[in-house]
Order: sequence, then C-alpha cells, then structure tokens
Amino acid sequence: MTNKEITSSLNILIAAMGGEGGGVLMDWIVKTAIAAGLPVQATSIPGVAQRTGATTYYIEIWPERLDDDASKRPIFSLSPAIGEIDIMIATELAEGARALGNGFITPNRTTLISSTHRVFLTLEKMAMGDGRLDDKKLYAALKRSAKKSVMFDASEVAAQHNTIINAVLLGALAGTGALPFEPDAYTASIEAEGKSIEPNLAGFRAGLENSQAGSKRFGQDIINSETGGKVALNLETRVNQNFPAETRDIIILGVNRLTDYQNTAYAERYLDRLTSFAEIDSDLCRELGRHLAVRMSFEDIIRVAQAKVRENRFNRIRRELGAMETEPYHITDFFKPGIREFCDLLPPALAKTVLSWAERYGYLDTFYWGMQVRTTSILGFLKIWFLSKLRWWRPRSYRWSEEQKQIDDWLTLVKNTAENNIELAREVVELSRLIKGYGSTHRRGLSNFGLIVDTYVTPFLNDPGLLDGASSSIKEAREAALADPEGEALKMVLEDNGQREDALAAE
Amino acid sequence: MERSFAKEIELLRLGKGETFHGEGILAVTKALLQSGVSYVGGYQGAPVSHLLDVLVQAKDLMGELGINVEANTSEASAAAMLAASINYPVRGAVTWKSVVGTNVAADALSNLSSAGVKGGALIISGEDYGEGASIIQERTHAFALKSTIWMVDPRPNLETIAHMVEKSFELSEVSNSPVMMELRIRACHVQGSFKAKDNVVAKVSSINKEEEPASFLYARLSHPPVTFTQEKQKLEHRLPAAQKFILENQLNEVISGDISSHGIIVQGGLFNTLMRRLSNLHLADAFGNSRIPILVLNVTHPLVPEQIQEFCLARESVLVMEEGNPEFIEQQIGQILRRADIQTRLHGKDILPQAGEYSAEVVTKGLVEFLSQNEPDGVNVEILRDEAANLTNIKISAQGSLDESLPPRPPGFCTGCPERPVFSAIKLLKEEIGDIHIAADIGCHAFATFEPFSMGNSILGYGMSLASAAGVRQIQKKRTISIMGDGGFWHNGLQTGVLSTLFNEGDAILIIMQNGYASATGQQYIPSSVKLDNQKPISIDIEKTLNALGVKWLKTIRTYSVDVMVKTLREAMTTSFDGLKVIIADGECMLARQRRLKTDNRRKIEAGLKVVTPRFGVDDEICTGDHSCIRLSGCPSLTIKPSPDPLRTDPVAHVINSCVGCGLCGEIAHAAVLCPSFYKAERIQNPGQIEKVIHRIRQTIIGLMTNEKSIV
Repeated sequence: MTNKEITSSLNILIAAMGGEGGGVLMDWIVKTAIAAGLPVQATSIPGVAQRTGATTYYIEIWPERLDDDASKRPIFSLSPAIGEIDIMIATELAEGARALGNGFITPNRTTLISSTHRVFLTLEKMAMGDGRLDDKKLYAALKRSAKKSVMFDASEVAAQHNTIINAVLLGALAGTGALPFEPDAYTASIEAEGKSIEPNLAGFRAGLENSQAGSKRFGQDIINSETGGKVALNLETRVNQNFPAETRDIIILGVNRLTDYQNTAYAERYLDRLTSFAEIDSDLCRELGRHLAVRMSFEDIIRVAQAKVRENRFNRIRRELGAMETEPYHITDFFKPGIREFCDLLPPALAKTVLSWAERYGYLDTFYWGMQVRTTSILGFLKIWFLSKLRWWRPRSYRWSEEQKQIDDWLTLVKNTAENNIELAREVVELSRLIKGYGSTHRRGLSNFGLIVDTYVTPFLNDPGLLDGASSSIKEAREAALADPEGEALKMVLEDNGQREDALAAE
Repeated sequence: MERSFAKEIELLRLGKGETFHGEGILAVTKALLQSGVSYVGGYQGAPVSHLLDVLVQAKDLMGELGINVEANTSEASAAAMLAASINYPVRGAVTWKSVVGTNVAADALSNLSSAGVKGGALIISGEDYGEGASIIQERTHAFALKSTIWMVDPRPNLETIAHMVEKSFELSEVSNSPVMMELRIRACHVQGSFKAKDNVVAKVSSINKEEEPASFLYARLSHPPVTFTQEKQKLEHRLPAAQKFILENQLNEVISGDISSHGIIVQGGLFNTLMRRLSNLHLADAFGNSRIPILVLNVTHPLVPEQIQEFCLARESVLVMEEGNPEFIEQQIGQILRRADIQTRLHGKDILPQAGEYSAEVVTKGLVEFLSQNEPDGVNVEILRDEAANLTNIKISAQGSLDESLPPRPPGFCTGCPERPVFSAIKLLKEEIGDIHIAADIGCHAFATFEPFSMGNSILGYGMSLASAAGVRQIQKKRTISIMGDGGFWHNGLQTGVLSTLFNEGDAILIIMQNGYASATGQQYIPSSVKLDNQKPISIDIEKTLNALGVKWLKTIRTYSVDVMVKTLREAMTTSFDGLKVIIADGECMLARQRRLKTDNRRKIEAGLKVVTPRFGVDDEICTGDHSCIRLSGCPSLTIKPSPDPLRTDPVAHVINSCVGCGLCGEIAHAAVLCPSFYKAERIQNPGQIEKVIHRIRQTIIGLMTNEKSIV
C-alpha cells in the first residue's frame, strides 16, 4: 500500500441476473476483504429480481487496515454513485451496457470485467424476425468507456469447467489486480465457503488466465450446418462460369441445399432461374440467390422428416444430453399436421377437392392429427424415415405446384421491377423474408406478402412515375409486418399509405 | 424454503464480545434475541423475509430460549399477536413488508396502540421503497403518525441497527407504546459487522410460564369508554415519556461542524448517503466528520421539539432530508420553528424531489442547490455546481456512446415454472375469443404482466383479484378471469374474494395457482403446503375447502396440460352455469421441485438406480425463425441463437442447458399447432441390462439406415 493518504473507498458494482450467483460472488469478495483485515460493506437489492430479472450488488472496501478504534471507522455508502465505481463486474454484455448508461463506467476510474455473451431480453426473443440488440456496438461502447477492461465469454468458460459464471468472474477480477489481494486470497474464500469447491476453483483459474491473457476477439459467428454434402462438379463449374465472384459462395450453398432437398436436377433449375439476374446486378443476384434457395426448399412434411432422421442429429442430441456413447437415450418428436399439410402431399386435383370440402364443412382449421413419435425406437424411426424417402413423389404434389407458381410470379415481379429500379427490386427480393414457418404462420406471411405487393409494387409497375420512395415504403411495410403477429403495425402503415394516396388524388 | 440458514443460525448463538458478520436483517434477528423477546411473528415479503425464515429454521435455539415463533398467515394475525404485550410484561416482535403489510395489519395495530403495551412491542417494517421495490410507493410513516406508534429509522450500519432494536424495546416500555422500525431494502441486505452480546432468556416465556392469566382490567381494552381516555393518555403521558427517553438516551445524534450558520436534519436511514455526498463535495471526510452540522434522526417519530429548536436556533438555514411524501417531518419542524418563533430558513422538498428514492445523484444535486441558495462562508459554490453538472454530463456521454436505449430486464417466470403454461393457455384462448378482462394479483403470477404475455387489467393487493372483479363483471358482456396464487388465497383471497362472490352469487372465474408455497418470497410454507422436510401430511386442502364452502364448478387441472387448460377455460367462459367457477392450476413450484430432484437424483445415481433426465430441444434446420413459440412461453431456457444456416438471417429458437424438461414447449407446439421443430430428449443413467441391449440394437439399425452411402 502506498503512503499517500487514503480518502476514499474502493467501490465495486456487480450487475447480474437472478440465479447467476451474484450474491455468492459478492460474499467471496467480502470474505476476502475481511480476511485481509480491510473494512468492508456490501449490499444488494435482490427482491423478486432474483427471478431472472436484472439486479445489482454493491461493495465498498476501505483499502487500508484501521485500528479497532471506533472513532476512525469509514462511513460506507449503500448505493453506487455516478462516476464513482472503481470496479464494474457484469455477468452479461447488455447488463454491462446498462451500467454504462447509468453512469457507472467512467474512463478515469473504472476497471470493467464483463462477460461478452448475451442473455437475450424477452423483447429481443419474441420479435418475429431479428429483434436482437447490436452486440458489437454494445461491446465497442463498453471497451471505449472503461479505464481498463477485461471482456470475454465467461459463460462459455464456465460451461467448459462445469461451474457457474460467478467463479470465472472472480478469477477475472483477481487477474486485473484492481483490488489489493493476491489470487490465493480469493481462492481461500472459495474454500472457506465450502460448497462446490473444485468446480469453483477450476472456474476461478480459468477466469484468471483469461483476464491475464487480455480480451479475446469478439463476434465470431459459428456456422455449423447439419446439411453437409458435396456439390456436383458440373454445377460448381457452371456457378463459376456464369455468376459474378461475389455471389458464388451463396449460390454454392443454395445448390448444395437444393441437391440435398430434392436432387441435382432441382439444383440446376435453381441456377436456371437465377442466371438471367447474374447480368443485371451482382448484389441483387446474391440476395436473390439466398432467398430463392430458401423458398425453393419450402417446408413440407418430407423436408421435416429429412431433417429429423439425419445421422448428425442423433449425435448432436446425445451430446446435448451429456450422455455417453453407450448410454441409452430417447428422442420424442412432436407433430401436429392438419388437413392442409396432408393435402400438400396429394396430387393437385385431389388436394383441391379435399380442401374445398374441408372448408365447406369447417374442418380446415379444426382437424389435426397430434402425434408424438419416439424417433429413437425402430418403429418410430421407420415412420419418419419412410416420409423422408418420399422425395421422388414431391414434384407430383399439390404443394410443389403451388410453390413453383408462387416462386415464378415472384421472380417475374423482381425482374420487372429490376428493369426500372434496382433498389426496388432488392426490396421485392427481401419481401420473401415474410414467407416462412408452418401452418398459420406461413399463411399469414403469404397474405402480408400479397398485401404489400398489391399496395406498392403493382401500382409502380403499372405507372413507374407514380411512386417516389416506393422502396423505402416497402421496407417500412416489411418491418411492420414483422413487428407483431396480429398485423396491427402493418395495418397502420397500409392505412397511412391509403390516406396519402387519397390526399394525392384529391390534389 | 428456498434457502438454508444453517450458517446464519450459528451467528444467532454468538455470545458477548464475539463479532457478528452478516446481513442487516439478521442483525435485527440477533438483537431481538439479545433483547429477551418471548415471541416473534410475521408474514414474509422482501426485504424482511429472512428475519422470520431464519427463526423458523432455528427450532432448537428457539426452544432453548423459550421463544414462540409463529409463521402467521397474514400481517393481521401477526399484528394481533402483539396483544400479548398489552397484558403481560413480555417483549415481542413482528415483521412484514412495508406499507402493504401495515395496511393488512391496520385494524389490530390501531387497537393495540390505543390500549398501549406493558411489555415492549416492536414491528420491523421492510421499507420497500426506491430501486428494487416491488410495491406501490408510499410511506409507512403515515401510519405511525396517526396511530401514535413511534418510528425508528436507524443509521444503516449493523452496530446502530442492533443498538436501536434494543433501545426500541426500552422506548416501547417506558412510553407504553408500540414501536416500529423501518429498514430500507439496502439496509436489510447490508453485509457488515457488530459486537454481539449474550442472548437473554425472557422472564416470562414458553419455558417460564405465568401461573395465572392477567386479571380483568377494563382500561386495557380498546373499547369505549376507555378509548377516550386512551387517546388523551397517548398525548399527555406516552408522548412526553417517549420524548424524554429519546433525549436522555441520545437516540438522535448531533454532529458539529465549522459551517455553523447552516445545518442538515436527516433521517437516520439516509445518513450514509448524505455523508458520502458531503465527502465527495469536500465538505466531510470519510469517517463521519462534517463541516456542516447534522442532526441525525434515528427516531423520526416523535420529534423532540427542544432538540429541533436547539439545533436550528443559531442557524440561518437548515435542510431537511426526508425521503418519500408527504414530507411529514419537514412539516412538523416548520411548525416547531414557527411556534417557537425561530426565523431559520427551512429547506426540504422545495429543493429535493417530492417523489422517489434519494439516490446519490439526487442528494448531490439537492445539496449543491441548498448551498447555492444560501452561500455559506468558506464554501466555493462554483466548484460544487460543476460537480453536480458533471453527473449529468457523464450520463449523457455514456448514453451517447450506447446510441440506443436498453429495454428493461424485468423479473419473469423461472425455467419450467408451472404458472407460465396457464398464461400460454389464456393467450391462446384470447386469440380465439378476443380480449378478456383479467384481474391480476400479487405473487409470481404477476410476472404475466410483462412480455410476452402482457396481461392484467388491475392489481389491487395480495389476494384481492377476485374481489377486484366484482364491480367489473356487471359491466362486461364477457366473463372476467381473476388470477390468484395459493399464497394469496390463504392470505386474503378466500375471505375477500371467494366468500364475497358466493354470498353475492357472482358470475366469476377464478384461477388459483396451486404451487405449494409462497414462492415469490422464498418458498415459505403456506397452510396447504406438503411439508416434505418433516413428513407432515397435507392437513388443509384448497379443493376440500372450496367444496365445503359450496363451490359447485370446480376443476383441478395439471398446469402443463395446455390443451386441457384451454378447453377448461373455454368452458368456464361459455358455460350456462352462472355462479363462481374455480380452476385450480396445480403444479409444484419448479425451483422447489428441482432442488429436491437434484438431491434425490444424485443419491439415486450413486446408488446405481435408474434416473431419467428430460430436456427439450429445437432442430435448427426446421425452425424458420418466426419465434411464435417464444411469444407463447417466454421461458428463460427457450431463447434464440444466430441461424447456423448461412442462407437465413433471422435467428432461430434454441433451448439451452438450463432446460428442466417441464414439457411446455411440446404442449405449446401441440396446442397452438406450431412448427414441428421441437423434440424432447431423455438421458437414461444407470439403465437396466435389457434397456442397454435394446438401445444397442436400435442404434445399429438406425445407424445403418441414416448412413446414406450404405443404403439407397
């Protein structure tokens, strides 16, 4: 300790979520300070926040030993103050960012220890498309705002050592040297606590190493698809010859996907459909290549069955369970096809008859076959395996004919708009994001797609001079369609548009 | 109970001179034992739950000290317990949560304080105010004022808190009045230390019983005509006695300072915040020495006029720092100064905010404003203004660098919570028949007011949901649904809701969440709990109770059966039966269940017995990233991850390892006809021989068939 007179405490704020052991982390730090003979105080506001909500723990340590003399005892504060935090520990990236927004991370004072993983807020999770906060932005803001920072995926490290995140963060804290304690002093507190000592110590050591090694690279997206396989050589050559370099990675993926989905001929059809766009605009072609592959591999019963009986799937699930190679495990799959899904597989004429009959008698949305299939039993596996082998039948099915028609209509639309306005064409391509899912979700997407096309795209094609900013309107409508499942937001956007048009007409 | 207090119980046994290191609320518990209490009661609720929880678990120690610990069924029954101190020289304490608990206890408290007490009676109120609070923001202080209950608000360090508990009993006895101690959230949870004393065995207790009951004395009844005398006694005898005691025992503290022209009067509970702010403004050191004189009110009711006058007399101005509204203390001080014709300027809520917690930022700004307006000699006001402005600047620049605001992260249902499926079912029913008026209640189920459910038209208090729908159901074409926990049912709902609805032949739907505990507050037992630790059978049963009362339409449904729940709710909404319809949603609190299973399974695995562990999963390839499942669930274990498919940009649903396999994902996929991406996987540890062989055969055959090269 220096000779300089100490005038203030070391202030530590922990931002955590209920159930992460934030209280235990606080206890470890407090015990370490007590063992070192330093005056310390800690407090928290758990309440019901312990049920998965955000909460904080606050510790103050007086960094020198004091006589037992009551007249010289520091008065500790019970709440953190803006600009006065020496050490900020966050168990999750957004909670770190929340602390920053509250003024608890400042460049002149704060050592930040934050895990970089995300535990998504319900609002982010429930969005119909991608509602996630931009974590790279959060990361950069935190990095920029702290005096010193140690940021790594502590959740991952904890999982590797079969412990929880608090021990890893304690290790990381020890590694920063921001508190006047040696690593041994912290481990003594873990040992004194007496619970799960070994995993906690392992987590602590890993945190310490990560902290001393400095921050890791952030933002690697792990791509791990189970639909492996090789692209036929002649198709690869065709892609290389006919498509601009910057589109090829996506198109190869598309070819790969459709070969697995149906066969090489179908993948060729994909390339046929794309070829005319290669010359128009490479950006457009790339995005179209992405969406077209997804649309052409529409989700029918056969596709679901294909995915459910892949060899990799069984291994992945066994690993998820933590089961050993020889250990038995069961998988139960949930299916609930209705009349529509059944008709998808029938020949078009028959399917139409059944559907109109079902609609007339009100069975269409009330009749479903709920099934739970144990895919790890031989009989259960066979049921699904049999369905997955129906690929040969697929081109004769009602769903196939409908999908191909819709895809061709969409491509025509893209083509026609592209002749006038590339930006608009891009938006028409992107609109295909609305069409996804199963059952009612799929129908809702289709109908929103149709609404937006009718409102913005068709009028434009009829009179290209008519709509200024059509592409931004489409974008707005697409985002609105993905804002809520009830379609309230989209309705509002379309109504606004109607009023605007009425106003224009009145002029 | 959620937590084991084995270590804390050891703290309660500490003797004279030993150091207690622990939580504030447990320091109160220890101080109760040091004060020789004969009985303790209360009702759980943050931030004071631990006080009672630890005593309930400390059966042996309570037996040795002869203390009767009662886990009361409501604050009213806890408050009524204090009646023992009216007739007998016994000390007792009860505890509950803040103003909401006090409201429930109100009837008994008023009668108690009118009659007055012989033995010390102490109420520990967890003042649930400010950050982290879960209730309406009001002051318990108001109640103390109108019922002549003394209010203690100690400096938030363990030494002072423990000392004030002991002094509170003395104060109660010398003034024959109950005393209430308010402890804010952070004070209840503060970790600190104090020098312990020996525990004291009460002269009269369950091990030293009284020979005879107290003789009849009408003056001890809060019943006319003596109530008129009692009111006078309160003001003419009890109040002066209390004020004398406060002054003589120096319960309030005066800190002198060189800027004697000004002063600050502060509630004890805010003292630490004030000192730190003064220290940061260079007006105090870190050890409690201030340049501005301070009067610390560890007792905020009654005030002692002589003390206030003396502190204010020679000063130009004083600032009263009093959290919450109305500013009762400031008003009283104003009156004291006016009556004594003292011309000191009085500041308080003219400078500090009317509402909300007095956080560091708020106090700094208030102090700077106070000093700016009064400009005491020797203080550079300019520098202070910069300090205050700096706080705002730091926040603005931080928020600027974040560039978007973060949505809040409210608490929610735990992974596998049995209450979540009920709201999934209601959401599905709403899609079918339109919106429904929902009377919400206090308890974990109130989390349904947050996303993804966003349900509930009103919350009127603990157990009040059914009663709160009485006026609504007459003006709605559709029936209303009231939600209540089993905790709320026994606390209040049975009486205010069920009985009242039956009595008035109301057409209502009530869902009772039967999870077996008061779960939100830490899984305390309630009357219908299955007490597994001492193998007590269920003696009180909700279904039997309702049957006995004559509830005709009553169904008990396993909560996870979403399909059945939707059907039952639909029937309740549409049936021609126009009386009270009760659905008991039955499912044990998952936190409690998992804690038990964890131990059981560990034991079984060690003993070589078969254990099946389920969890759910999502097949990435099948999930299209629409997240309908999440909008019907909100489970922390059901989340999203970046799409592993480079052709799709929207994140896919994903089940993380914390999944406990409650089955809701499968039920929802089924009931709502969602996508087929969910699966249930079960790990089987210590399988039987036959099972192993079957597994090997299955693996071989499936392995052959999935390997595309060998087949097709």
